[in-house]
Amino acid sequence: MSKEVERREPTVESQTTSSFPPSTLDARLHLSPNQRAWGRFRRSKPAVISSIFITILLALVLLWPLISHYKPDTTSDSQFQPPSSQHWFGTDVHGRDLLTRTFYGARISLIVGAVGAFVSLLIGVTWGAVAGYVGGRTDNTMMRGVDILYALPSIIFVIVLKSAFEKDLKTWLGQHFSISAANYASMVFLFIGLGAVSWLTMSRIVRGQVLSLRSRNFVEASKALGASHTRILTQHILPNIYGIIIVYLTLTVPAIILYESFLSYLGLGVQPPQASWGSLIAEGAQQINSIRIYWWLIIFPGGMLAATLLALNFLGDGLRDAFDPRAENR
Amino acid sequence: MKVLASVLEFFSGTLRFEKEQRTLGTILPVLFLASFFLTGCSHSEQKADLVIINGAEPGTLDPALVTVQADSRIVRALFEGLTRLDPKTANAIPGLAERWEISPDGIIYTFHLRTNAVWSTGEPITTADVVYSWLRVLDPMTASEYAGQLFFIKNAEDFSSGKLKDAAQVGVKIIDAYTLQVELVSPTPFFADLCAFQTLAVVPRKTIEKYGDRWLMAKPLPTSGPYTLDFWHLLDKIRVRKNSLHWDAANIQNNLVDFLPSESAMTAMNLYDAKQADILWDKNLIPSDLMDVLGQRPDCHRYNYLGTFFMRFNILKKPFDDVRVRKALAMTIDRKRIVERITRSGEEPATHFVPRGMSIYTSPPGYGYDPETAKKLLAEAGYAGGKNFPTFQYLFKAGETDKKIAVELQAMWREQLGIAMEIRQAESKVYYTSLHDMDYDVGRSSWIGDYNDPNTFLDMFMSNNGNNYTGWKNQKYDELVREGNRQLDPKKREKFLQQAETLLIHDDLPITPIYFYSGVLFYRPDEIEGIYFNLLDEHPIFSIKKKNSNRRDTEAQRGSSTLRVSASPR
Amino acid sequence: MYFLRRTLQTLPVLLIVSFIGFVLIRAMPGGPFDSERKPASEDIERNLRAKFHLDEPIWKQYLRYLGLRGGSGGLIKGDLGPSLKYRNHNVNDIIKQCLPVSMTLGVMSFCFAMFTGIPLGCYMALRRGEWGDHLGGFIAMLSFCIPNIVVAPLLILWVSVKLHLLPVALWGSPSQMILPTIVLGLYFSGRIARLMREGLSTTLHSEFVTTARAKGVSESAILWKHAFRLAILPVVSYSGPLLADLLTGSFVVENIFQIPGIGVFFINSIFNRDHTMTVGLVLVYAALLLILNMFVDLSYSLLDRRVRYE
Repeated sequence: MSKEVERREPTVESQTTSSFPPSTLDARLHLSPNQRAWGRFRRSKPAVISSIFITILLALVLLWPLISHYKPDTTSDSQFQPPSSQHWFGTDVHGRDLLTRTFYGARISLIVGAVGAFVSLLIGVTWGAVAGYVGGRTDNTMMRGVDILYALPSIIFVIVLKSAFEKDLKTWLGQHFSISAANYASMVFLFIGLGAVSWLTMSRIVRGQVLSLRSRNFVEASKALGASHTRILTQHILPNIYGIIIVYLTLTVPAIILYESFLSYLGLGVQPPQASWGSLIAEGAQQINSIRIYWWLIIFPGGMLAATLLALNFLGDGLRDAFDPRAENR
Repeated sequence: MKVLASVLEFFSGTLRFEKEQRTLGTILPVLFLASFFLTGCSHSEQKADLVIINGAEPGTLDPALVTVQADSRIVRALFEGLTRLDPKTANAIPGLAERWEISPDGIIYTFHLRTNAVWSTGEPITTADVVYSWLRVLDPMTASEYAGQLFFIKNAEDFSSGKLKDAAQVGVKIIDAYTLQVELVSPTPFFADLCAFQTLAVVPRKTIEKYGDRWLMAKPLPTSGPYTLDFWHLLDKIRVRKNSLHWDAANIQNNLVDFLPSESAMTAMNLYDAKQADILWDKNLIPSDLMDVLGQRPDCHRYNYLGTFFMRFNILKKPFDDVRVRKALAMTIDRKRIVERITRSGEEPATHFVPRGMSIYTSPPGYGYDPETAKKLLAEAGYAGGKNFPTFQYLFKAGETDKKIAVELQAMWREQLGIAMEIRQAESKVYYTSLHDMDYDVGRSSWIGDYNDPNTFLDMFMSNNGNNYTGWKNQKYDELVREGNRQLDPKKREKFLQQAETLLIHDDLPITPIYFYSGVLFYRPDEIEGIYFNLLDEHPIFSIKKKNSNRRDTEAQRGSSTLRVSASPR
Repeated sequence: MYFLRRTLQTLPVLLIVSFIGFVLIRAMPGGPFDSERKPASEDIERNLRAKFHLDEPIWKQYLRYLGLRGGSGGLIKGDLGPSLKYRNHNVNDIIKQCLPVSMTLGVMSFCFAMFTGIPLGCYMALRRGEWGDHLGGFIAMLSFCIPNIVVAPLLILWVSVKLHLLPVALWGSPSQMILPTIVLGLYFSGRIARLMREGLSTTLHSEFVTTARAKGVSESAILWKHAFRLAILPVVSYSGPLLADLLTGSFVVENIFQIPGIGVFFINSIFNRDHTMTVGLVLVYAALLLILNMFVDLSYSLLDRRVRYE
């Protein structure tokens, strides 16, 4: 217990500063903070299994076109076939192989999730941290800006952006790259639209945390010692809210992936015959009824999404624990 | 703003509470309790005699403005025209007019109104009401999208566009309070049918002038049809009550009829199966994937009606300016696969545009599935094996069935012709404007007949018609349709119109038909009678009757807990 | 004082929201009167646009909407104008009719989410790293990665169609409120649980808790008197926008349960290009959001005495 009291806030310094040789501060382990974090990470079983799962998934997603002889958009006569040795995940209304579509769908969904996570990390955290740290009028203005963006339905942005720029972008991509690149033009606006909404709540949460942290003793102490604001923010405050940032990221990713399915349902998301997990789930959901259920259409894409998110969650937890300065003795 | 005020009040209340207790946990029960105060609007309500699930929430119930078929079914219960539709055949039968005479040249119609026709508020319905209602549709300020249904009347078009200011010159003349003379532009064999169309229904002048756009919310609302509007709760239900003053009131059985708006096929089916509704009749509410099972049930009724699903080519754009390309594309569509695997509700593959089943008209043949000829045609046009064929877009409105059809079309064209089609799914308004502005290559379209005559389909591809957005203008076609409509002999007329349709679907092909819609509706035949299947897909409420209404009540009492719970007053 | 200032601040924000919303919705392609079938003539189309002043320059339209130009009513008098799609109704009427329904459902779902999410989150935090934590995490994760469009039909199928326990759809009686509340609340309870777990486990390892422990304060007193109030901060931050979302209705849940709420209008009005309706609803939403966020900010200083607003 006493050790922990000793180690509380100052460890933040030891972990992130390169100017001190790690050994002087942490002679006990003779390891850099990153190495120690990595060690902690490896000890967490769920996190390791999750990272293996995600690696395999990414490999399959990238290599699937080479492995499978089914194409994601080739129709066939075998409509609504339940899973069999030929079609492991069964087939859909057009007789397309669902396994292949699920792997192709993973690409878009994972990119969408990553874009959402990246934007909310980059803009959301910066915005929220600055607002919370500076406080006062600046905070007020910045947060009202977030409110304004939050209040305006993102669907409007997507439609306006699409109608205003899609055509030009398409021709531009078609000329400078390839026709297939042009096909992804509509996706760009999807990403922008989703990115625009993904960071708003993150910034609110970060701001709330920073507000609560900025008047704590260790921050006051650093201020008294003459540390710059940037330094206080990045070295003292942010490390203390890594946890909540990672947790909220793991909430953002599924929310964005599912929001994309809603946009697809409205005709604003992925364009058929492309698939995303969201659109596959939306298609599968229509098959839930009291008369007959083509269960594979919902179970497999839904299961893939759930498994991936679960893995990301555990991975997030593992990373969070590994890099949490206070986690050492847990 | 009142709402906001109450919200403010509501939350400032909880805040005070929070200050005392200083924990969030205590706010929650308060919020929970408060939520029940918000539900304070519940009131007990009589049970309806007939409940119909009717499709999306109606945009309007104003006869002059209504454009959606599901909405028009409610409008027809409220407002009647000079004629109305026979529930069995959908031909015109006497409505507010008890009889009419047609001059030998087919130009002058003389209608004799019933002397016992009154508004639901008791005032008599006279020819002045009819003339007001029709001129209102034509009035530029009303801006009725269906005003075209009246353009068959002399000078109506000019008056509508504002070129003619004097309403008295429009070809409707009041002879006396119960006699009306209508002068048409040319013989129009279907004019009596048109009079049954909701746009031409008779509406209450005083109420409209007093309340403006919100006149349907007026209490009391005088109606000319067999029912009156009891209330209209948005997204909840529209309730109509029998108009006991209606001239035909003696033959109307159901006193209260509820229309439930629904946009979810699954929910609609669940409600119907839980016996919360007697009839389910909107086409959008039928789950097509399940039709192979549902179609076997005795309460599923399928029938033909006048509706065609077709595709437009933008013939101003390369390569669709070449008729061989259009033909090649049309011949590679495996229509049978689409109706059997995608739509699944008994639709028929279409090779011609005017749907089958009209007694006065049979369509000429068009093109069926013939990929070999298609390949040859495409090669002749210079795109052998799809080589050099530019990538083009197929435009459609976001929706499940249309999306599936698009995917099928894409695969068919790619596999048979080797050409690349890109699917362009647009939300509805983008789809409409793109079509209207000719900003498309190939586009999905559909057309539902307004009256039982080939003209309701053929006139839309005349050069000057606003709905002909294909870029196709053919003098010969215009002349054939015009000449045909001038004929008084039905046989001769059919000949002319057939020649016109041949141009449309065989020679020039600015469009290619895909399938004819099939009507599907659900009702339990042991409970309901008086629904007939006709080509206009119209099922007037006044003819629908409950069999044995006593038996049903006992059944309801025996029913499951679901039934009892949800029957409780709201 | 703070309260009053913040309330006054909402007004310019609302004005900005209304203006941006107004401009954006008009920047979208297509207008409220476009449909598959064109009006009988160009003149009719023109008249229709003129009738609702859609042919004017946008700044004139906006001033008219505010009520500073021509006609009666306008936003400054609280009149949101006529709906362009539901032409027999005013936007005010529609909001009056449908918002209370959505708010009822929203408040109940919010309570459901809080009452399930917070205890689950606390349980997970206290069992951190143990088996119970992983199981709880799994349940929470399922709740937020299975979308409403899947949960709702499954619950209806099981509870209503198979077991006949609750009505399949519609709104009015308390029994009809249960399923939609659960479906809508469930989606957020997992998120709240995750945030709560994180908040509590961070707080339990922070300096003051350690100090308190060292002083010999009992574990339950630490938890409930000190840690909980700080631990709930992330949940509080999240609950402002969440409640605003919930109160203005859910498109999917209202659609599936056929509930006469405002959520369906929110989405549909955008697709219908029902300009007045969209701006009206966005304003209501923005007002709710601003008010709720104000309370969230206020509760920071109540929960954490170190946060002060100058």
